[in-house]
Amino acid sequence: MNATIFAPWDDPQAKPLIQFRNVTKRFGVFTAIDDLSLDIYEREFFALLGPSGCGKTTMMRMLAGFETPTEGHILLGGQDIDPIPPNKRAVNMMFQSYALFPHLSIWDNIAFGLRRDNMPKPDLEARVEEMLRLTRLEQFARRKPHQISGGQRQRVALARSLAKAPKLLLLDEPLGALDKKLRQDTQFELMDIQEKTGTTFVIVTHDQEEAMTVASRVAVMDQGRLMQVATPDRIYETPNSVYVADFIGDVNIIEGRATARTEESYQIDWAEGQPPLTAKSTTALATGQGCHLAIRPEKVTISAERPADAINAIQGEVHDIAYLGNLSTYHVKLANGTIIKAQTANTRRISRRSFTWEDPVWLSWTATAAVLLEH
Amino acid sequence: MRRALLIAVPYVWLLALFMVPFFIVLKISLSDTALAIPPYTPTLDLSGGWAGIKDFFSQLDLENFVWLTEDDLYWKAYLSSVKIALISTVLTLIVGYPIAYAMARAPEEWRPTLMMLIILPFWTSFLIRVYAWMGILSNEGYLNQLLLWTGIISTPLTILNTNTAVYIGIVYTYLPFMILPIYSALERMDGSLIEAAEDLGCSRLQAFWLVTIPLSRPGIIAGCFLVMIPVIGEFVIPSLLGGSGTLMIGKVLWEEFFSNRDWPVASAVAVVLLLILVIPIVLFQRNQQKQTEAEK
Repeated sequence: MNATIFAPWDDPQAKPLIQFRNVTKRFGVFTAIDDLSLDIYEREFFALLGPSGCGKTTMMRMLAGFETPTEGHILLGGQDIDPIPPNKRAVNMMFQSYALFPHLSIWDNIAFGLRRDNMPKPDLEARVEEMLRLTRLEQFARRKPHQISGGQRQRVALARSLAKAPKLLLLDEPLGALDKKLRQDTQFELMDIQEKTGTTFVIVTHDQEEAMTVASRVAVMDQGRLMQVATPDRIYETPNSVYVADFIGDVNIIEGRATARTEESYQIDWAEGQPPLTAKSTTALATGQGCHLAIRPEKVTISAERPADAINAIQGEVHDIAYLGNLSTYHVKLANGTIIKAQTANTRRISRRSFTWEDPVWLSWTATAAVLLEH
Repeated sequence: MRRALLIAVPYVWLLALFMVPFFIVLKISLSDTALAIPPYTPTLDLSGGWAGIKDFFSQLDLENFVWLTEDDLYWKAYLSSVKIALISTVLTLIVGYPIAYAMARAPEEWRPTLMMLIILPFWTSFLIRVYAWMGILSNEGYLNQLLLWTGIISTPLTILNTNTAVYIGIVYTYLPFMILPIYSALERMDGSLIEAAEDLGCSRLQAFWLVTIPLSRPGIIAGCFLVMIPVIGEFVIPSLLGGSGTLMIGKVLWEEFFSNRDWPVASAVAVVLLLILVIPIVLFQRNQQKQTEAEK
């Protein structure tokens, strides 16, 4: 099998499906979107991730046509879509509340958009049946929305928005109303359907796990700005700011001063009485410049003795243990009061756990484990 | 025992305030007129014993109901009442729907005030409000004065004492009964449904026809019944604002009772009116029931 990696964003020849060009959106004095530019490519599963009020929903509503940019332009397939009303756009949206028409059956809900296009009856019936099959809703076709479960309603909303075969499908917190277990199953279903239909999906979510699971690329937003746009692994492994590092997953942030030692290697002095830390980084930092070191807890090794070959090793004692079943997170308190989190997989029975409260331990990590971030 | 007592309260209430008066009216409708007090015979005299009761029942007959079918005044009055009720219900709907829609779309902090303005007229007497309309609609009334002053007309319009005045009066009086149920249906509607309809290719107008109207249908039905049922038997508005040409059963009923002093025929008219009203009332109940089921 010669699988080519799907990464049109790295291909300078690729034409983006959607382009935000210096888009600003203001509501009165409040700036929801601040001079934002972004390219989204065909067949992408793109996630807009951020806390509530960061402007992600405004981005989506501008794509759907319910809002128009105050400044700048949005292009769909090279065409400026600002003057096009929502009902004339080849864009469909799946609403957070699902917005199913309560007076229509599931079948009629899915057929609603097709009827507006005056699709011939046999084609329309075939298309609706296809959508019902895709979302496994065949036996519910005649029911009304209030007669089915939340998970089924979510699938009806998806089927309805996909029925018109839009160029772009917008999903506004599509799984927000489902419980955790169902949400996880549905995430994979969404990815499956996206792959089968080849539609470009843009999903809005505040759930970082959901964004990481489903998306080909994630845009982390804060206060109307894009903080970082990258693949989930890059976002996690090489966040470009403390905000992104902190927003995605769990992280230890150590503040200090960098001193260049050799090429791409820095010494970080961070606390009185603590040995300096070593980190590799491609970002050029001036000597004496303030910096942040971000280390994921699972990249920190915890041991009873000082590991002989460790580049970074600090001593502390176990302050707290969070037992998560498959994992344990140790909160280790250093001599100066700083708490560092270290995570290990629970491969052994809990009764044979090596460390317990107030045990003296060593924490260590490699030079490449941490990400060095500018102030 | 306590449960039985609790249930008994509403039944006793219904019995005392609805069933008993109804049977009294029904009994009068089966009697004959008489120059007496009360102006009908027979009257039930329990002192006569069993024979007296038997004698009483033997004197009751359906003569008055037969009379209603023989004189065309009555069925014409019923028909005309139903016609006026239907037309004024449609007029009230046409006037009331946009008001309810505007209220439901108004900013949330305005809604209680708007609701207040709809209910406010109820705080003055209904009779006074109808008299006020006489002042507005009469030949020398405010409306004619305004129209003459602006030069739209050169001679005053005759509105008072015509069916037009009756329609104006009914629409004005019953408007809140139309607005409130429609407003409550529209207010509960999820705004994203309209956006979803537009997103799926509807124009604003199509979205209104295909989503807003069907979803406010329970409110429309409730409002129409709430207006139509009392209007069929309406008496005050046609007698104050209507003319000699306005034929409504409420007016006929009043004349039978007070001008003709023919209580038995008047009672028969009332019984038939009740039977006519039972149909829309049953339909109304069924609509309400269906709605509550749909909301479960």
